[in-house]
Amino acid sequence: MSIFLNENSKVIVQGMTGSEGRKHTQRMLASGTAIVGGVNPKKAGQSVDFDGASVPVFGGVAEAMKETGADVSVIFVPPAGAKNAVIEAVDAQIGLAVVITEGIPVHDSTYFWAHAQGGSTRIIGPNCPGLISPERSNAGIIPANITKQGRIGLVSKSGTLTYQMMYELRDIGFSTCVGIGGDPVIGTTHIDCLRAFQDDPETEAIVMIGEIGGDAEERAADFIKANVSKPVVGYVAGFTAPEGKTMGHAGAIVSGSAGTAQAKKEALEAAGVRVGKTPSETARLMREIVGA
Amino acid sequence: MDLFEYQARDLLASHGVPVLPGGVAETPEQAEAIAREIGTTVVVKAQVKTGGRGKAGGVKLADSAEDARARAQDILGLDIKGHITHRVMVAQASDIAEEYYFSYLLDRANRTFLAMASVEGGMEIEQLAVERPEALARIPVDATTGVDTAKAAEIVDAAGFPAEVRDQVIAIAVQLWDTFAKEDATLVEVNPLAKAPDGTVLALDAKVTLDENARFRHPQHEELEDSASADPLEAAAKEKDLNYVKLDGEVGIIGNGAGLVMSTLDVVAYAGEEFGGVKPANFLDIGGGASAEIMANGLHIILSDPAVKSVFVNVFGGITACDAVANGIVHALQLLGDEATKPLVVRLDGNNVEEGRRILSEANHPLVTLVDTMDGAARRAAELAA
Repeated sequence: MSIFLNENSKVIVQGMTGSEGRKHTQRMLASGTAIVGGVNPKKAGQSVDFDGASVPVFGGVAEAMKETGADVSVIFVPPAGAKNAVIEAVDAQIGLAVVITEGIPVHDSTYFWAHAQGGSTRIIGPNCPGLISPERSNAGIIPANITKQGRIGLVSKSGTLTYQMMYELRDIGFSTCVGIGGDPVIGTTHIDCLRAFQDDPETEAIVMIGEIGGDAEERAADFIKANVSKPVVGYVAGFTAPEGKTMGHAGAIVSGSAGTAQAKKEALEAAGVRVGKTPSETARLMREIVGA
Repeated sequence: MDLFEYQARDLLASHGVPVLPGGVAETPEQAEAIAREIGTTVVVKAQVKTGGRGKAGGVKLADSAEDARARAQDILGLDIKGHITHRVMVAQASDIAEEYYFSYLLDRANRTFLAMASVEGGMEIEQLAVERPEALARIPVDATTGVDTAKAAEIVDAAGFPAEVRDQVIAIAVQLWDTFAKEDATLVEVNPLAKAPDGTVLALDAKVTLDENARFRHPQHEELEDSASADPLEAAAKEKDLNYVKLDGEVGIIGNGAGLVMSTLDVVAYAGEEFGGVKPANFLDIGGGASAEIMANGLHIILSDPAVKSVFVNVFGGITACDAVANGIVHALQLLGDEATKPLVVRLDGNNVEEGRRILSEANHPLVTLVDTMDGAARRAAELAA
């Protein structure tokens, strides 16, 4: 079945006419995603040709939804305009907004998160690769040819590390892979995905990838103990990260002992999650569980 | 980006927060001149981005300009927890009747901003939070509504500020919020916020962290960067827009994607246990950068570290194609020429991997070894560095 995104999802792209938007719309179309429109206030009424598929451009999200029945938006708008783009999607009450943009100021993401409370929009990201339900739909920048549809659910803070894990288990396949992103304030957490995977009949087992910074993995461990009966396997990156240094992701700042990879590993193991030392060991642990 | 106290103080002052007169000095003479101009007893404070300055002898009173010069002489060059003191701030000293605490920060777990305030400032706030949490008011601040006078009053009353300073602290709470929101700060902390004997409330210390993602709308924040204290390799990498952090091991690391690179560091450290504790020399994320120039810049920085004995290039081609990366490596090695003296272990997977591996095999560079798996490549790189 998959979570959040399936074969019936109708996707619009905010920022479709920019270079990143264009490139990834092409890739999403090639992978079979139903892209029904793009949004650019300055190019309303135009359309963009993608290898034969002509995609209409609308002036706003609400209009695009009304004309196409879209229920998902993928946002490629650059940092300076991203907050307003997300607010527009939330105000139009679209069901899912996937924010790919990297470099959004934390005051902006905290604002649009607060703005979305009480509304109908799930936000995924920002600074994330998006999500894919292989062979059904792909909303974001995840390569569609790494793996196939299958019975593992994957939730990860990372980008290419997520692809590495998808690759290691490519022969078993995935119901949905969700890249939740590495920024300090994100719209969808590990817990949100764990809950959805637990409720998804197609998902038999779950892989979760975490990294240093914050306490999301520790909270996920508590959630797993209380609410997840399906087997969960984990991987945490950042054991070798020194204290007090930012490494890549805005969120991956370590200070003091809270938020260390060791603390996360221990919390997960205490919740019955088997944690691999390397991505390939984590994949092996999953194979043992699904008997492949 | 963490600011020095004097920068934070100036920023707060620009938003109306009451501070005492002061200036920053790089030499004892400059310190003397500032003290002379202030004309009263001054405090000379080491400007370093770490705590524990007082304990390390980095904060001293001086009751004359000559005395200020002597204190500055003592403090400049002082090593405080690994930070060398290049500057001191000389500020008017104040007697303190009461010390309070006030801060705004991001509460990441709850995805909101948080105001923290206490009438028991001055001491370690972490200690207070643990020993007597009831003495520290913690009030969430909604990003969409911020802190106006009414919200400030809520915070101030929750902390129990006494009546005679209430109005002043409310005003300062709004000014601190203005600083926090308008400057895109992720932390604004004043400890102590002090009441002077005459009843005036002032900020006697300031800590500010600015969000570098917001730099596009604050070009003036660029001037606040401190390159003097940065590791020279990290500074050079930053010049070239490379996401590089120096560590102290022997295996240079290049990868695409922060999570994958952090994972690579871990996998190399584990592999290195077999060879007597070989460790990663750095973190370097080149993102989607497959170009020869980016690869050459990255390799150049890594090879400038004399501790590096081997380099591990670990790429999973998602959107970036492995053949582009392979060409980037081949041309980078050509660009570097004689400078490329250490063995390179390369692991490629993903988009166009067959083509990428073919390009590297055909180039047959004597320093380059291609290994198919991440674990295998990490082990080989560690072995070569042993």
